[in-house]
Amino acid sequence: MPMQMWFSHSAPQPGAPGLYSLAVSPEQWRQVAQDFAAAAGRLLALWASADERGTPTIRAAFLAERRGLLLSVPLARPEISYPGIGDLFPAAVRMQRAIADLTGLRSTDSDARPWLRHAAWPAGYRPLLDPPLSAPDPQANLDDYAFVRVEGDGVHEIAVGPVHAGTIEPGHFRFSVVGEKVLRLEERLAYTHKGIEQRFTQLRILDAHRLAARVSGDSAVAYSWAYCQALESMAGVEIAPRAAWLRALYLELERVANHLGDLGALGNDAGFAFGLAQFSRLKEGLLRASHEALGERYLMDAIAPGGTRRDLARNGAPSLGLYLREIADEVLRLRVIYDEHEGVRDRFNGAGTVAPELAARLGLTGLAGRASAQAFDLRSDLPCEPYTQLAVKKITRTDGDVAARVAVRFDELQESCRLIQHILGALPDGPHRTPVREPAEGVIGAGLIEGWRGPVWVALEAGPAGTIRRCHPHDPSWQNWPVLEHAIIGNIIPDFPLINKSFNLSYSGHDL
Amino acid sequence: MIKTLRQIAAVGIISEPPPQPDEDLRIRDSLQAHIRAVLGRALCIRHIDAGSCNGCELEIHALNNPLYNLEGLGIRFVASPRHADLLLVTGPVSKHMEVALRRTYEATPDPKLVVALGDCGCTGGIFGESYASCGRVSNVLPVDVAVPGCPPSPTRILAGILTAISSAPAGRAAPV
Repeated sequence: MPMQMWFSHSAPQPGAPGLYSLAVSPEQWRQVAQDFAAAAGRLLALWASADERGTPTIRAAFLAERRGLLLSVPLARPEISYPGIGDLFPAAVRMQRAIADLTGLRSTDSDARPWLRHAAWPAGYRPLLDPPLSAPDPQANLDDYAFVRVEGDGVHEIAVGPVHAGTIEPGHFRFSVVGEKVLRLEERLAYTHKGIEQRFTQLRILDAHRLAARVSGDSAVAYSWAYCQALESMAGVEIAPRAAWLRALYLELERVANHLGDLGALGNDAGFAFGLAQFSRLKEGLLRASHEALGERYLMDAIAPGGTRRDLARNGAPSLGLYLREIADEVLRLRVIYDEHEGVRDRFNGAGTVAPELAARLGLTGLAGRASAQAFDLRSDLPCEPYTQLAVKKITRTDGDVAARVAVRFDELQESCRLIQHILGALPDGPHRTPVREPAEGVIGAGLIEGWRGPVWVALEAGPAGTIRRCHPHDPSWQNWPVLEHAIIGNIIPDFPLINKSFNLSYSGHDL
Repeated sequence: MIKTLRQIAAVGIISEPPPQPDEDLRIRDSLQAHIRAVLGRALCIRHIDAGSCNGCELEIHALNNPLYNLEGLGIRFVASPRHADLLLVTGPVSKHMEVALRRTYEATPDPKLVVALGDCGCTGGIFGESYASCGRVSNVLPVDVAVPGCPPSPTRILAGILTAISSAPAGRAAPV
């Protein structure tokens, strides 16, 4: 099979398990993408950097058959557009537009509108290739964005955001509706673009895990782990077993905290405030237990190069274990109440459906993907330590509606509680941190961790003397935001908050 | 229904007493005491994420859980700046949010208070200032109270809000 041929030409890639790397020409690039598409592969990330000789390079990560390929496409003539792959992987379209905004490299695909750039910087400035600026352009003002217009009898537009009515991140949604039925939704994001990728190049490679943790605060563990996984592989460091198990403990605690928050918010959005009160109470208890056992409510700085910043507090394991058991029991009880509540069921069932075929074609990933039969979870399909020893149960549903995304959360929550009990019981003794040296200039590492939302990817390139030449963090929201535009079609506007929440995508993680 | 009621009864009332105002968080004292008396504790807050990583938002959400019971103090989050007395601003202000933030501020009726939240809101945090980031909130709006932390705990956020609506003790008013 052709896809396997590309793997046979590749070399092992330092980083997450099962990764390989390969450099191809711009002519071969499209063929590789076609072969991965034909083999039902997934596009994990698409970005650009400059290689060690300064040659602008398109990079992509694909996954297929439990292996990953990091592809590099050096562009000897960057003024010529490189071949776009939006027809093969629809999620690539926005990534290609982002590459154009940040590096000036353009694809041959037809949508050439800016994506990450509104008006903060002029089109001629290339944030990832040109020297950093210390302040934004004071002259910059609002720009005009060419939304796609829907016309016809009774069609009108509703513009929402960037400032929304609740405590959520900023973004703009342009609905074309007839009455209350949505014909089309077009998203405009990048309001929280704050120059994260350029910022990485100004930090020390041994310190920048703190920035990685803040790409999307709700996924701090996933990002800081992915960053450290990349860094440690570049430095040739193998972390101690205890460190790996502690990281898995943090990752599952992050998953439980987010799922609890979402389940409460989803009940609330369905008009069942009881759910919010109950789940937010459980979540608060979990955060306090985390604070007691690990020193932080949110594990923003728990993971550090070489392992973890702290060890588990004395008595941390039993107290966490006890509370997690209580959560598991309470959630079972609350699930029955959700399931039996007719009003909640009525709002959840059939809302925001993404059928499995559509999910496959658009590349829906992570938690939302699993609710639409995309049975992929790195923890069981491409596991790193200690997941190789944990036998994670993969949760999937096929309905693809809000109810399915709720059900996946309920099941994953129970599974994570089980994993946490197992980890607490089997936590190996030994050090929780190993020294890490600065990697040599030019080395590339890749981290890949299944965060609560989906796969989090970090590609890291070392610069001279402990600096970062390039770091690209990729959030699964890149894949899933475009699918939300499809999920809302034919639904009514008042269901949008519920449907949106059921995906709960990251703005900051996407906007960078 | 009986299961729902049983759960409510089993959990009972779990709200905790609020923290005290903290003068160290005040950076500006703009409201006269009699206006504070009018606003009192019936306070309407509009939250604006001006570019945060979403960490601070998680802790703002926590303020609404039954343990902190914000609404029990007469404080609530509202959907429009036109209904708000206080703006709670998170994040380094991204250049792309600068105009929206200014407009939200202008849409908020006087007298109004601004609380900047988190290390990023206070100083620009790890993101700092760049081609895309204006840095701390006070680079864009006049800020009354700034609450550091990454993210600040709900108790600290609440202390910041209560500081903003309490009068600075005589002689303690920070410079404008």
